[in-house]
Amino acid sequence: MLRFAFKRLVSLGLSLVVASVVIFLFVEVVPGDPAAYMLGLNATEETLAALREQLGLSGTLAERYLSWVGGMLRGDFGTSYTYRTPVSEMIADRMWISLPLAIYALTLSTLIAFPAGIWAASKRGSAADVSVMGLTQLGVAIPNFWFAMLMVLVFAINLRWFSAGGFAGWEAGVYPAMKSLTLPAIALALPQASILARVMRSSLLDTLSEDFIRTARAKGLTKRQALWRHALRNALIPVLTIIGLQFSFLLAGAIIIENVFFLPGLGRLVFQAISARDLIVVESVVMLLVFAVIVVNFAVDIAYAAVDPRLRVRG
Amino acid sequence: MSFMKLGAVSALAMMMATGGALAKSDIVVAMQLEPPHLDPTGGAAGAIDSVLYSNVFEGLTRFAADGSIIPGLAREWEISEDGLTYTFNLAEGVMFHDGTAMDAEDVKFSLDRARAEDSANAQKALFAGIEEVEVVDPTTVRVTLSEPDGNFLFNMAWGDAVIVAPESIENIKQQPVGTGAFKFANWVQGDNITLERNPDYWGTPAQLDNVTFKFISDPTAAFAAVMAEDVDVFTAFPAPENLPQFEADPRFEVIVGNTEGETILSTNNKMPPLDNVTVRKAIAHAINRQEIIDGAMFGLGTPIGTHFAPHHPDYVDLTGNSQYDPELAKELLAEAGFADGFTTTLKLPPPSYARRGGEIVASQLRAVGIETEISNLEWAQWLEQVFTGKDYGLTIVSHTEPMDINIYARPDYYFQYDNPDFQALMDELTRTTDPEARSALLKKAQTIISEDYVNGYLFQLATPTVAKAGVRGMWKDAPTQAVDLTGVYWEE
Repeated sequence: MLRFAFKRLVSLGLSLVVASVVIFLFVEVVPGDPAAYMLGLNATEETLAALREQLGLSGTLAERYLSWVGGMLRGDFGTSYTYRTPVSEMIADRMWISLPLAIYALTLSTLIAFPAGIWAASKRGSAADVSVMGLTQLGVAIPNFWFAMLMVLVFAINLRWFSAGGFAGWEAGVYPAMKSLTLPAIALALPQASILARVMRSSLLDTLSEDFIRTARAKGLTKRQALWRHALRNALIPVLTIIGLQFSFLLAGAIIIENVFFLPGLGRLVFQAISARDLIVVESVVMLLVFAVIVVNFAVDIAYAAVDPRLRVRG
Repeated sequence: MSFMKLGAVSALAMMMATGGALAKSDIVVAMQLEPPHLDPTGGAAGAIDSVLYSNVFEGLTRFAADGSIIPGLAREWEISEDGLTYTFNLAEGVMFHDGTAMDAEDVKFSLDRARAEDSANAQKALFAGIEEVEVVDPTTVRVTLSEPDGNFLFNMAWGDAVIVAPESIENIKQQPVGTGAFKFANWVQGDNITLERNPDYWGTPAQLDNVTFKFISDPTAAFAAVMAEDVDVFTAFPAPENLPQFEADPRFEVIVGNTEGETILSTNNKMPPLDNVTVRKAIAHAINRQEIIDGAMFGLGTPIGTHFAPHHPDYVDLTGNSQYDPELAKELLAEAGFADGFTTTLKLPPPSYARRGGEIVASQLRAVGIETEISNLEWAQWLEQVFTGKDYGLTIVSHTEPMDINIYARPDYYFQYDNPDFQALMDELTRTTDPEARSALLKKAQTIISEDYVNGYLFQLATPTVAKAGVRGMWKDAPTQAVDLTGVYWEE
């Protein structure tokens, strides 16, 4: 198990190095001068030069890459060009929205998907199965931003139960904060839950047709007992993979939902930073997201090994 | 069931919240863009001024709602015979929000900082004529110019010329400290900025206790936020297609005002065949302005025939120089040797006036034989390719700075319009302080660029404000980019 974890750790480190080079190069070759963006149409050439100097935009590519990576290793993500605040503080602020939102959505999605998937699999071919499959088909097909707008129309504009968007802030208390994340979390969770329920169902059905389940049934277990005691754990591998992927997606992919609900999260930060050519913010946030994805995948790999001892040898 | 309960609880919370707002001394104002930082003297982003101009920061002079220049921190001034020396008498007993006094030293500091060599002031040109700033006594400051400048009092009214203090300059980008009727309270980055009433204000105190500026960039979200009454006012509402719905709803009021934004089909005057004035004239006659205003702006906007705001007293209506006449346009093209038309580029920045307007302009030009290759650019790309690189034939952009006709005197500006007569005229304007003579010169300037067809003049950008019924005192027009809340109140 340790050997397995170590091997995974090495590949994690390599992925991070490659990712940092790719991100840096991509962002640096994007055309557009951050100083020109900040100073607008009437700025004089000398003011532009003064600002470029202040922002540290001079220096060779290699120098700037090394100072960026070096800074990150020390926990210093640099200073935003436009906001003039440390990027690490900005990320931390935004994280307090994006992370709870991702966890909230993932929890909702799992709470919906597990019972639905298990129920559908245990009643294969029944009306219950057909309706779960039909609904999840719909859930996968509906774009989440459209669903989000629909919810705003119903719950914010007509019923006035929720605000149309914005974030109340954690200092206002847990309930108002969670309430402002509820509609976005549902919008994010719906398609994820649909995918997860379908994976859960098909994985469970595959396992239920395996020999060891027949053996368990032959030993006298009811269908229900065989499912809960033996099939479920074995069916979890693909489900875990999907959950891992979904978490990364929810953290990074909430850009559209954050825009619909005007939530000041990480996704919107990246979006704004790209259009304002706040390169240092873009680089650092994207790097952080890559880091999160790689670490989550690492954790999922380790979780596989915990669920299925066979994988420890193969890894 | 539990969901219903949640709904009921939140409905109750909403009612309580509304109950609190009945006192009506608070306001939530939404706008599309968030300021990148809070220093009006160190960035071009209009959102900085929208939040802070007049509310938190004040200058020597200021813009009134109608665009005229009125006294600000300088209560009165004296101009020397030769027009070179301005002696300002400052208001007495003015305190910055951190409790320090505002005096002539602060004025000197602010102006010297803005014109310093390492200054990052986006409008540094405003201060270029200043030779010296002297402190006479704590409430008197004397500014000497290198040559007479009839624009000087106007220049000092800009947000980029507000008075800041050396004590608080270090953190001004995060903690703005000014002299205005509101104090900065808090900034939740990405979401809102709050201001509170300054109880020690030197002038007429504000009537609102608390102000929240909320930033909602997505037009659909903006609509939802107003409909759900999450916000009280939305300035420069981004979805004009929704305005009729608000107009029909008694809960809301729609105020459509003018801005300083001349929206023009900017033309590269050095790019063949656009360097030929007959070709530019043909383009001007090929454009149907009303069709663009109706199609791209849902009817909001005033046609213009030159680079000047129609609400300005010195405006000359020159739309007659470029009447919509596609037949004439074709004749002019033939005369210039382009009977079969030509192809050029049309590079469009993100705002909807440009993207939607660009499609309409392209089809109007196609009708007279001019093909355009449209490319949609982000602002940063636009600045690099069009504004700095001058690699374009045509583009559409709104020039929102007030009284900016002098940009036509800059031969290296992205229009690449180089007319010595016009440059001499602008120099003369700068030297002239007599109002009547200035007016005549401004009218002449408008006529020259209109008859040279430097750019295609489309329309003056309008700004729709959506407010809850009962909000009073909002600015209708936008003589500068500002959301001045010092005179805003709720009518019971």
